[in-house]
Amino acid sequence: MWDYVKLVVLGVIAVCAAIAANYARDLAYMVNAIEVMLAAGIVFLYTLRTMGEAKPVDQGEYFDSVVRAGAIATAFWGVVGFLVGVVIAFQLAFPSLNFEWLQPFGNFGRLRPLHTSAVIFAFGGNALIMSSFYVVQRTSAARLFGGSLGWFVFWGYQLVIVLAATGYVLGATQAQEYAEPVWYVDIWLTIVWVAYLVAFAGTLMKRKEPHIYVANWFYLSMILTVAMLHLGNNLAIPVSIFGSAEITVFSGVQSAMVQWWYGHNAVGFFLTAGFLGMMYYFVPKQAEKPVFSYKLSIIHFWALIFLYIWAGPHHLHYTALPDWASTLGMVFSVMLWMPSWGGMINGLMTLSGAWDKLRTDPIIRMMVVSVGFYGMSTFEGPMMSIKAVNSLSHYTDWTIGHVHSGALGWNGMITFGVLYFLVPRLWNREGLYSLKLVSWHFWLATIGIVLYASSMWVTGIMEGLMWREVDANGFLVNAFADTVAAKFPMYVVRGLGGVMFLTGALIMCYNLWMTVRAQPAKAGVAGVVPAE
Amino acid sequence: MDTYGLLRFIADSWALLALTLVFMGVILWALRPGSRPLHDDAARSIFRNDKKPAVDDRRGEMEA
Repeated sequence: MWDYVKLVVLGVIAVCAAIAANYARDLAYMVNAIEVMLAAGIVFLYTLRTMGEAKPVDQGEYFDSVVRAGAIATAFWGVVGFLVGVVIAFQLAFPSLNFEWLQPFGNFGRLRPLHTSAVIFAFGGNALIMSSFYVVQRTSAARLFGGSLGWFVFWGYQLVIVLAATGYVLGATQAQEYAEPVWYVDIWLTIVWVAYLVAFAGTLMKRKEPHIYVANWFYLSMILTVAMLHLGNNLAIPVSIFGSAEITVFSGVQSAMVQWWYGHNAVGFFLTAGFLGMMYYFVPKQAEKPVFSYKLSIIHFWALIFLYIWAGPHHLHYTALPDWASTLGMVFSVMLWMPSWGGMINGLMTLSGAWDKLRTDPIIRMMVVSVGFYGMSTFEGPMMSIKAVNSLSHYTDWTIGHVHSGALGWNGMITFGVLYFLVPRLWNREGLYSLKLVSWHFWLATIGIVLYASSMWVTGIMEGLMWREVDANGFLVNAFADTVAAKFPMYVVRGLGGVMFLTGALIMCYNLWMTVRAQPAKAGVAGVVPAE
Repeated sequence: MDTYGLLRFIADSWALLALTLVFMGVILWALRPGSRPLHDDAARSIFRNDKKPAVDDRRGEMEA
């Protein structure tokens, strides 16, 4: 009966999407509608072909097939996102790479949101969903709630990514940083996200352990806060239901404030709280020691939650934003330094008594470096939020360097560590194919990040100083184009750093692929079977 | 008072006080005497149930 309902719903969606594609007012909307039609059609056929087959849900096993798919998606979108990043880095160094024959689809303006969304939401988002499903099941000692709801979350999220990515390239954008997807993608993401919350919270509710392990607190705060931010910042009215254009409800400085309340907390809760959930599970697991201080992890959690939400206004220093609001943002940003370093110390000290593992285990080395980068960027961030520093750093490449030491160093490295941890376990393999290749990945990625961050410091501070330089009569010394010309060598170094990081990720993909292909299966453990 | 002024008044008086008290209460609760065995048990929970969901429900066991 349920299958018939699904078929009817999917059929209606496919037909409506076909009609929408026909009436489309712009290219991006038309392509998106066709994608929705195809997705609904594929799921329709799949449902039809598997109708009447018994699909038993074994409550005595963990729901790991969706985690396996998530691991593959994380690695895939990671490589895509890094590749687009390398392309746009070289477009900045060599503007002729904005090819005439690819106008307007392949120019920097269209590809830049593709890069940011691919790495944050496709790579980071899949890593969060995948790892949270793994962690919440293990720490709750219960199978994921909601039958095959996990599959809906996984595929629904991939559809969000595809719709957003094709939309960007074809020109559909909300023009809000990190919230570029247009209204219908936002609505679909809301549905998927609620399903994610139900699957996650449902598992917590049927847990068989007395405690909710602290990693789950971080994951849950990420899910709830992202839902709130997403709804707040995407309040918009579509111009037509057959077009991607829309008008935001807020305007002027209110719009800017809501945008950076969203933007900063996307960093704070998506890229920080969620990934701290990973840290609090996978670092102790890989070190085979419980977390250094569980009390400190609780204090870390609440301090982060209470402070982070106020830090957004530091993105709007010296703008039309009231002075008190920007001071408030600055003060809370500086206070945030304390819980961030508390968390870093907690992660690092988990290794106390097992420091020798740093020498022998490249996976733990990766995780430790990621926690180190977390500490570094959570020191740099509060410093840059101070108004006097911000007057130099804002609008320069220093900001981009800061973001990347956080994103590549902290988010990237911890995710690589988690993938190396998970793949042998998920596919029931003895161990990784090659630890030597993990070391190669580690050094390529680390040196790549160092090149990236240091070149951006140099060019950012240089740019900031050149912009403010005045002669004896009070006239500006440099034209904007002078700073662009002066930055060229640093742009090339940054691009090379990106190439190294991308190469490391490709080595990881090969290593993980060979782990599943060539490593012998672990003997004597029943249950887990490869996805193929 | 206009809406902005009213909200501003609530935000920087009672709401600020309440949030600060909740925050301090949560931290004191984490540091309360007698919580160590619970926290140690929670910290070690990641080393249980690695392969399969638990059969026995342990909820209620550690709440004394």
